[in-house]
This record gives sequence, C-alpha cells and structure tokens, in this order.
Amino acid sequence: MPFIPHTKADVEAMLAAIGVKSIEDLFAEIPANLRAGALSKIPSGLTEMELTRFMQKRAAENDQGLCFIGAGAYEHHIPAAVWDITSRGEFMTAYTPYQAEASQGTLQLIYEFQSMIASLTGMQASNASLYDGASALAEAVLMAVRANKHSKARRILMPQTVHPAYREVVNAVVRTQQIEIIEIPFDQKRGNINLASLERFTKEDITALVIPQPNFFGVLEEVDVLTDWAQQKNALVIAVVNPTAIALLKEPGQWGKQGADIVCGEGQPLGVPLASGGPYFGFLTCKQEYVRQMPGRIVGRTVDLEGKPGFALTLQAREQHIRRSKATSNICTNQGLLVTAATIYMSLLGPEGLRRVAAASHANTRTLIEKLTAVKGVELVFDQPCFHETVIRFNKPVHEVLTALDKAGIQGGYALNNDYPELGEALLVCATETKHQDDLTAYQQQLQKIL
Amino acid sequence: MSNIPSELKYTASHEWARLEEDGTVTVGITDHAQGLLGDVVFVELPEVDAEIEAEAEAGVVESVKAASDIYIPISGTVIAVNEDLADKPELINSDPYGAGWMFKIQPLDEEDLNELMDAEGYTEQVVSEEH
Repeated sequence: MPFIPHTKADVEAMLAAIGVKSIEDLFAEIPANLRAGALSKIPSGLTEMELTRFMQKRAAENDQGLCFIGAGAYEHHIPAAVWDITSRGEFMTAYTPYQAEASQGTLQLIYEFQSMIASLTGMQASNASLYDGASALAEAVLMAVRANKHSKARRILMPQTVHPAYREVVNAVVRTQQIEIIEIPFDQKRGNINLASLERFTKEDITALVIPQPNFFGVLEEVDVLTDWAQQKNALVIAVVNPTAIALLKEPGQWGKQGADIVCGEGQPLGVPLASGGPYFGFLTCKQEYVRQMPGRIVGRTVDLEGKPGFALTLQAREQHIRRSKATSNICTNQGLLVTAATIYMSLLGPEGLRRVAAASHANTRTLIEKLTAVKGVELVFDQPCFHETVIRFNKPVHEVLTALDKAGIQGGYALNNDYPELGEALLVCATETKHQDDLTAYQQQLQKIL
Repeated sequence: MSNIPSELKYTASHEWARLEEDGTVTVGITDHAQGLLGDVVFVELPEVDAEIEAEAEAGVVESVKAASDIYIPISGTVIAVNEDLADKPELINSDPYGAGWMFKIQPLDEEDLNELMDAEGYTEQVVSEEH
C-alpha cells in the first residue's frame, strides 16, 4: 500500500502548474556533493507477509535473561493496571494538546503529574516533563544560567559521577552557548565527590553545581555539605536524582540549609518498561522563584468565568510560540503518554509503595553485593553507602566475564572500562525489587564457575 | 488615543524617558505599550549598578499574552529599580508614567536624550502603527 497519496498524474499536474520538468529539478540548486544520494545499504522492500515472518524470527532470538544492568534505566515491577489504563484510547493520543483547554482530562492528568513530582522532589513547581533524564539535565543547566543573577561566569561544575551519557548530552547542548562545563573528579576510594576537590573554586564565580543522587555508581553523595558549599557562594544547586531513590532518601528540597534550586532526572523507573533505550521521559522541578525560567509546558489549576475549577496551560509567555527566539527553550512539548503511565504508577503505589520499592531494591542490592564479593576474584570498589547499584571489580577482563554470564542467561551489569578506564575491570551491578533470592544466588554461582 | 505626555522623550520600542532635576533619567513603558500588552503579570528589572548601553535589553515585561523586552533608551548606569513592581506589576497598566516607572539611570551623557523622539514624533509613530 503506498503511503504517498499522489498518483503519477497528480505529480505531473503539479509540476506542470509550476513549470518544472521533474521533482529532481526542484533540488537542482543543491550542489551534488551535498546530496545524500540513494540509501545503498537499505534493502528493497518486503511484502507484509514476508516482513511478519522476518520479524517473528528476529523476535524469537530475543532472550531477556536475568537482568542486573541498571546504569540509568531500571527494571521495576509495573502493575498491569498501569499500561491497561494508559493504553485506553483517550490517553493514547495524549500529546500536549493544541487547543489545550478543550482537553481538560489531559490537562488534569498533567497537573496531577506535576503535583506528584513536585511533592516527590520536595520542590514547589514542576513542568509537564521533558524528553529524558539527559535532556532534562541539559535544560536544567541552561535554566540555571538564566536564573542565577549573581553569577556572570556561565560556569557549571559537573561531577564525573554524573551519568556519562548525560554529560555528553549536556556538552552537546551547551557548548555553542558560551557555557563552560568544568568536570569534577571523584574520590577513587569513596566513589563520590569529595568536598576537597571543590575547594579550588571557593573564591571563583560559579553559576551552578550539579549533584547526582545517587550518582552513576549508585553511591550516595554528601548532598547537604555540597548544597551548602554551593549556595554559600551564590551558586545554584541542580539535583539530578533517581525518582525511586528519593522516595526513601532525603528529597532535594530539603538538602542543606536551603534545599536544591532545580531538580531533574529520568522518569523511566516510574512505570515505563525497558525498551531498547526508550521512549523515556525527563522531569524538571524548581523553587517557585525560578518558575519563569523553567522550560516546557506547565499546567495550572484555575477557575472559569462561572467560578468552576478547570485547568489551563500557564506561563506560556516564555515559550517559543509567543517569545520566538527569546523563549526559555525550544522545548514545546512533553512526553504525554509516558507521563500518563508514571502518574498512574505513582497513584497506584502511593508514597509508601514507592518507599517499599526503594527499600526492597536497596536490600536486594546489599544481598547481591555480599554474595558477589564472597566470590574469589571479586572486590567491592567503593566504600561509601549505595542505593540499588554498586561497582565491583574482577581479576579478569570484564567483557570475558559478561560474555560467559550471558551464555548462562545472566546480563551481569554495565561494564565501566570504556567510560572509566581508571577503575580497571569494573562492572556496575544493580538489583531492583524484581529480583528473587534465587536470582541473586544464581548470579553468584555462575560467577563462581567463571572466575 | 493613548496618553503621550509632552514633557517626556520616547523610543521607537515604546519606552519613555524623563530627565529629573538631579540629572538622573527615569524610564518606563508608554501607555500605548501597556495597552498593547494587556494585564502585566510579571516584570524583570535590571540589576542596580549595571552599566547598560543604549538600546540594549534591560528587562522583560510579561503580560498574560506576551513577554516583551525592555530596552534602555540611553547609555548609563542603573541606580534604582522600582521594587514595588515585584508585588504590583499592574502599576504599569494603571499608572505607566507614575507609579509604574521601571528604573532610574545615571546617563553617561545627558545630551543623548536629544537622540530620542519627542511627544510629537512618538505620536506620529503610534498613529502610523494604528493604521
């Protein structure tokens, strides 16, 4: 079935109307060396029947195995009701609506989402979500530069304990905007940021400090000390947090004496399945005083002319359809469907349920660490407390170990030797609440065989 | 027709400037501008002590329907901002030439005011914009 509706006759009629011989002539002014040319590696088409057979064969090769990989995306139990409700027709089309106020249901859902995320992070305002955790951090950095009136330097302190992919995205977004990202090394023994490594900046103009909690290694940062250090010198604090973890840990709004200024993170753990890296969604919350610098959509609750409650997009004067090139960002949308799932997930679990998920994940990870470090040839790399992930090191190449584990149906973790070669044959391992004691024991036994 | 006081100076971007007896210059937006913007809900003002060159951005006025930059009419140093606007941005609507003033500058050169439009010139601009 052709998806381009124009027949050959239609195309010829249109070309004749504008006096052009062929479609190719429309592109004639583009130099040949700039043209992409034919896509030589794309095979010719298949029929629907052929394609179905092909994809079924491919799908059968998928082997989910026992997953101990975290590194920014986490396998959590998702109650069946979450996607059952999310998949309803009314929600499936949940994009930020164009005639927004005609879609009161969608707006209410986003409003509830904002309220929940604001409460979870301990902040006053939330937007309607962003693309993912990494883009949320990039937007948080841009927001901090706009919001911090005390700082002229446009310099951001970025610990190397922040997810490497997030740091890459931030660099890609801000490097052409005269913003300097200064990477802060971590303590090789503790696995988190050492206040001493910040001291050389004490007298310098710093716009914001990014604080991950937990950090990429699963290790907890000393958030109170770091927050106070930054705010004492008029730098803003950007928290990048795991939403499950902060159900149990101190919320960023309570960090230090004044609380974090901007909070962002990856929303995937809240009801979004692992699916080859996405789609996920990012969240972004802040103190009330910075709400006008917040990018993206914001839904507010209001009353209509008759005094009846309703929901409306608010603070739109900052957005690009009104403020054009001076908008707070080019984000003009949100991740509606995933936010729907997350809102239902949070509603079903409630604060207590989310705390129990966090506590069970932490307990499983501690058990896993005990079991794995009991194996000869495995050592724990960092000595500080962790949440549901940690780093272990092997006495043989990590990729060999992972390949052997994979053959036994175990996805052992995320190898760190590309991102952090200084850590040696290191592996980031994660155990969420989905893991049974038998799973942890299976991992231990396989590892014992391999080493 | 909006109110355009004869004793003030004007910019094409709808700011007014008033030379005070002490040599400072008070700046705000015109009655015409506030009328176009509608209900003002938020005002972002420059920092005191900021040195700003003529025609550079000095703040933002946000109404329910738009956010517009405020440009500084002549080069100078900001010496005061209207703190009342933080809580009562609607003063810009109700009294644009009085309680709705935005900031005061110490001009680099008072003579620069002569570069601006007088009330007659600004009236012509407003009239032509309306037609």
